[in-house]
Amino acid sequence: MSVTQDIRQTPPAPGSGKSRARVVLGELLRRPRAAFGLIIIALMVFTAVFAPWIMPQDPFEQSFDGLSLMGGPLPPSGDYILGTDLLGRDLASRLILGTQTSLIIGVVANGIAVLLGAGVGITAGYFGGWTAAILMRFTDLMMAFPALLLAIVLAAIFQPSLMIVALVIAMVNWVQMSRVIYTETRSLAEREFIQVQRAIGSGPFRILGKHLLPHLLSSIIVFGTLGISTTVLLEATLSFLGVGVQPPMPSWGNIIFENQTYFSTAPWLVFFPGLLIVLLALAFNLVGDALRDILDPTLKGRH
Amino acid sequence: MSDALNNGGGGDRPLLTVRDLKVQVATQAGAKTVLDGLSFDLVSGETLALAGESGSGKSMTALAIMGLLPKPMARIAGGTIKLGADELTGLDERGYRKIRSARIAMIFQEPMTSLNPLMTVERQLSEVLLEHDICDRSEAPNRALKLLQDVRLTEPERRLKQYPHELSGGMRQRVMIAIALACDPEILIADEPTTALDVTVQAEILDLIRTLQSQHGTAVLMITHDMGVVAEMADRVIILREGKQVEAAPVHDLFSAPRTDYARTLLAAVPRLGTAPARPVSESRNKIVEVDDLSVRFDITGGFLGRTVARVHAVESVSFHIREKETLALVGESGCGKSTIGKALLGLVPWDGSVRVNGVQTLGRSRAAMRPVLRDIQMVFQDPGASMDARMTVGEQVVEPMRVHGLAKGSELDDRAEWLFKRVGLSPDMLSRFPHEFSGGQRQRVCIARALSLSPKVIVADESVSALDVSVQAQVLDLLQELQEEDGLSYLFISHDMAVIEQVADRVMVMRLGQVVEEGPRDAVLRDPQHAYTKRLISAVPIPDPTRTRPPMPDIAGVENTSPIFSVGQSPVRIKLTELKQGHRVARSEAASL
Repeated sequence: MSVTQDIRQTPPAPGSGKSRARVVLGELLRRPRAAFGLIIIALMVFTAVFAPWIMPQDPFEQSFDGLSLMGGPLPPSGDYILGTDLLGRDLASRLILGTQTSLIIGVVANGIAVLLGAGVGITAGYFGGWTAAILMRFTDLMMAFPALLLAIVLAAIFQPSLMIVALVIAMVNWVQMSRVIYTETRSLAEREFIQVQRAIGSGPFRILGKHLLPHLLSSIIVFGTLGISTTVLLEATLSFLGVGVQPPMPSWGNIIFENQTYFSTAPWLVFFPGLLIVLLALAFNLVGDALRDILDPTLKGRH
Repeated sequence: MSDALNNGGGGDRPLLTVRDLKVQVATQAGAKTVLDGLSFDLVSGETLALAGESGSGKSMTALAIMGLLPKPMARIAGGTIKLGADELTGLDERGYRKIRSARIAMIFQEPMTSLNPLMTVERQLSEVLLEHDICDRSEAPNRALKLLQDVRLTEPERRLKQYPHELSGGMRQRVMIAIALACDPEILIADEPTTALDVTVQAEILDLIRTLQSQHGTAVLMITHDMGVVAEMADRVIILREGKQVEAAPVHDLFSAPRTDYARTLLAAVPRLGTAPARPVSESRNKIVEVDDLSVRFDITGGFLGRTVARVHAVESVSFHIREKETLALVGESGCGKSTIGKALLGLVPWDGSVRVNGVQTLGRSRAAMRPVLRDIQMVFQDPGASMDARMTVGEQVVEPMRVHGLAKGSELDDRAEWLFKRVGLSPDMLSRFPHEFSGGQRQRVCIARALSLSPKVIVADESVSALDVSVQAQVLDLLQELQEEDGLSYLFISHDMAVIEQVADRVMVMRLGQVVEEGPRDAVLRDPQHAYTKRLISAVPIPDPTRTRPPMPDIAGVENTSPIFSVGQSPVRIKLTELKQGHRVARSEAASL
C-alpha cells in the first residue's frame, strides 16, 4: 500500500483501518449523552493525573481548624468546600487524591477482569470439548473460592498494596464475565454465518476475532461497565480489611467505608464519594451504550 | 370485486366481515402502513386464502383479527373487523380472551415453538378446555383424548402423556390443530400451517384440515405463500402485495384467468412438476466429485461417564459422483441426511469413506489441510440472512474467502468484489452496505458471489432457494443456471422441493433415513419413479391447479423403521441398489416387498 493510495481514499470509508477510531470518536461526540460521559471520564483522568497540583489542601493534614468545637467533622463551607472528615482532613482534597486509586481499580483492574473473562469465555465457547471442560471447571473453581480469603492470602504473601488489590479484583471478577460470554459464544458458534466461515476455510483466530467478538461486544460492554462500581466498592472492602490501600492514603471506597457509621450526623462524608462512584459508572455506561450502537450497523440511525 | 367477495356461501350471512382494514407499524421514519384498505367476508364452511409474498401483510391480517398485533409497534389505524355482529377493533384484552379459541382459533407456522415444551400434550389440551369452561376437570382427560382421536393422531392414549419434543413435526401440528379446535370455533385461522413441515406431512395435514372443516362447518382463513396449497385448499383467494389487495377471485377463476399482471407473474413463477425443459446429458465429462461409501454417524452420549449409548446413522454408505457442468440433486425429507452429505464434502462434519474432489482424497484431512480443497468446492446455505455476518459490509464478506486463502490483497480485492457483484447481477454501489439493507433475494446473490470468489468447480447448494419468495426463487435459479453454463460449474443441489429439483437437476438421488433409495437421470426418477418412497414424495407435492386433484399418497408398507438412531453395535440394514435402466438404480429388495 503506497501513500498515494491512502490519500486517494477520501472520504474515509467506515471500517478502514486508521480512520475508523476517529470516525467512532466523532460519532460519540455527536451524541449528547455519550459526549457527557466522555467529558466526565476525561475530567476524572485529568484529576487523577494532576491531583497533587489541584488539591486545595493537604489531604493528610489533621487540621485543628477542621473540627468543630465538639470535635466533630465540619459540613461543607467556604474553607472546606466539601467539609472535613472525622480527623479534620479536607474531604475535597482526599477525594481528588482518591481518584487515582479508584480509577486504577475501576478501570485497570476491571479492564483486566473483562479481558480475561471474555478471553476465557470465547475460547471455551468456540472450541468446546476438552478445552471448554478444563477452562469452565477452572472458572467454577474460581467462582467457589471466597474472594476475601484469596485477598488475605495474597496480602500475607506479598506487601499489601494497590497492585495486590487490583490483582485480587481482577482474579475475582472475571468469572461472571467468562460464564456469560461462554454461553453466548456457544449459541453464536452454532449459527450459520460461523458455519460459512468454516466452509470458506477461515482459521479459528479469524473466526474468533473478526466474526464472534463483534457480536459479543454489547454483552462485554454492559458487563464491563456494571463491573466498575462493584470493583470500586470491593476495593473499599479489601482496604478496610487492611489488605489494600493503606491509611492514610484515600480512595473513594475507603472514605465511604470509614464514615458510613456517621451517615446521619455527617452525610456529606458518604454522599460525595458515593456520587463520584455513581458518576464514574454512569459515564462508562453512557459511553459503552453509545459505542455498542455505533459499532452495530443494524442499529444505524436509530438513536 | 363485490361479486368475488360474496361468491362463497350462497347468501349466507358472513361470519367475519373485514372492511377497509388498515394496519400501521411504527418505524424510525414515522408510521408505515403495512396493510391498507383490505376488505373481505368469510362465510361458514368456506376456505379463503390470503396469498402473497413476504412483506405482503398476510400475517398482519391474521394478527389484527386475533387482536395479537405486537404492541406498541403495530396498531389498527382504520377500518372494521366484525365477528358476526360484534366489532373486534378496539376490544380490550379481556374481551378478546372470550373470543380467542372459543370463536376464532389460530394455528401457527412453527408447531414446536407454539407448544409449551414443559407441559404434556394432555395438560396443554385441558388448559384450553378448562379456561373456556368447555368441561370440568374430571372430564378433561376424556375430552382431550377425543380431540386427539379427531385429529387422527396415532396411539392417542400414549400421546397424551408425552411432551412436545417427543413428537414429530407433523404430530405437533396435529396437536396444535386439536388445541385450536378444542372449543369448536367458528373460524380457524391457519398461518402457513404446513410451511415448516415435510411435503408428505404437509399433504396429510392439509387433508386433515379439509376433513375437519367439512365435519364442523368451520370457516378457514388460510394464510400461505404457496400457490400449490392455495389451489388445493381454497374456495376463494385474495392476493396481497405490499399491504394492498391486488386481486380477489374464486380459486378457479384466479388460476384459469388471472386479471392482474401481478397475479399472472406470481402464478408463472410457481415451479410446476412436469414442466421443466429437457437438459443435455453429460455422460462423457470428467467426474469432479467422487464419493464412495460415505458414512456419517453422530454419537449420542449418556450415563455417568458420558459413554456412547447410541448413534445417529445420519448417512449410511452413500456413493455417488458429480461430473463437470452437471447438477446432482439430493432430495428427501428432513432428517434424511441430505444436508449432512453436503457438510461432509466440505469437511464440516467428521465422516468415513472416501471423498475425492477434483481428484484429491479428502479423508482424514485436518481443517488446515482441507483449505486447498475448499478452493474447489464451496457451499451456499439456506438462509442468506443467517449465513452473513450482520456486522460486516457485504463487500468485505464477498472477498473474505480470497483474503483467507491469500489470493489477493489491497485494491485487487476491491476490483474482484466489484466483478463478483456484477457477476451475480448486483450493483457495485452496494458493496459498502450491510446485509440488513438487502432483500432476501439480494442477500442470496451476495452469498452466491461469496461462494464464487474462490472460483470453485463445485458448489453445494443446501436448500439455497427454499427461504425465498417464488418470484425471487425463479430469478436465483436462473442465475445458478447461467453460472453453470458460462463457468462450467457443477452443483450438488440439496432440496426438499420436487418442483425446484426438476428445474435444475441432471440427475436425482432420493434419500431416506441416511440411505439412497433411488437414483438416476432426472426424467427417469421424477416421471417414472420406481421406489414407493419416491412415488409418495412426488404425489404429495401440491399441484398449483385447482382443477386437478392430487392422487392419494401411497403408503410405505413393510418398512417399520423410521428413525436413523441405533444403539451401539447395531446398524441399519444396508440397502442395495439394482440397476433398472441406464443409470436408473433403485432399492430393489425393498421395492419388491411393496
